[in-house]
Amino acid sequence: MTQERSSQPRKSATVVFAWGERPIFQAGDRIRIGTRTPIGHYRVPTYLRGKQGVVVQVIAPAAVDNEEEGYGRNAGKRLHYYRVAIPLEEIWPDYVGSPRDGLYIEIYETWLERI
Amino acid sequence: MEPHDHGHEAGHGHDHPHDHAEIGQLAPPQFYDIMETAVRELLIEKKLIEPDEIRRQIEVLDSRTPALGARVVARAWLDPEFRARLLANGRAACEEFGISFYDDTQLIVLENTETVHNLIVCTLCSCYPRPVLGLPPDWYKLKPYRARAVIEPRAVLAEFGTIIPDDVEVRVSDSTAMVRYLVLPRRPEGTEDFTEDELAAIVTRDTMIGVVPATVAAGGIRQ
Repeated sequence: MTQERSSQPRKSATVVFAWGERPIFQAGDRIRIGTRTPIGHYRVPTYLRGKQGVVVQVIAPAAVDNEEEGYGRNAGKRLHYYRVAIPLEEIWPDYVGSPRDGLYIEIYETWLERI
Repeated sequence: MEPHDHGHEAGHGHDHPHDHAEIGQLAPPQFYDIMETAVRELLIEKKLIEPDEIRRQIEVLDSRTPALGARVVARAWLDPEFRARLLANGRAACEEFGISFYDDTQLIVLENTETVHNLIVCTLCSCYPRPVLGLPPDWYKLKPYRARAVIEPRAVLAEFGTIIPDDVEVRVSDSTAMVRYLVLPRRPEGTEDFTEDELAAIVTRDTMIGVVPATVAAGGIRQ
């Protein structure tokens, strides 16, 4: 295999990223969706609370927490959303269909627990 | 007033008896009508928005129709490089067509294949790729579809006439936050010599929600 000369500058190993700047989950990570029940406006449907799945994609760019945004409190902190896959059989034990059928949803970082 | 002594614009010929209801708001406004009016008038009174902003936003929405999404799909069917860009970043690829994302949502385009069938729903409300498709159909916003699409997607699809074989994986995408989804349907057989416009004509709204496949019959261009 020939070495290709890259036009991209080499990434510096000394740069430190701020908290929240980099996604803490990566595609392939196993996760559980949180079981909190906050009062008011939230974007994680109750039928998925506590369900286990896998991260399939980090959604870029990082974005504001639109649960906070719903109250007009756009504090400026940005975290990542993740596209998460959960088997439909995990959600509905008597699901009728293929065991590979899945539910896909974007979940804000604060709702995911690593398992 | 006599049945037909009122003036009408051209194109609305009244050679039929007038037995339909008068077109107008005859019933008193309902709860949500009153709430919408009250909130709108308050926002304007407090100078948080201008009446012109509401009218402008209606014009923005009216300018978005499934024809935009259909052009994107037709191009993706014809141009593998565009297809790759569309699947990598749906929003950026649509922006190549001049389609703006006025609501600051991202777009993930989901490709249907021989082995994967994608279906879109918003269980919480009515999130929908409005920048590319315009307003969603009423059934998309109603609770039966929103609940059943994630509980028994194959049964819902069958009611649309779409039978998914057991060996095909069904992926239901529930759009809830800041990402919207668009299904890239499979290009049907028999369209090898179609032009881009002819391809776009067979890409209907429902194919891009994922409830039906694209079919040659949908276009009505060719017999």
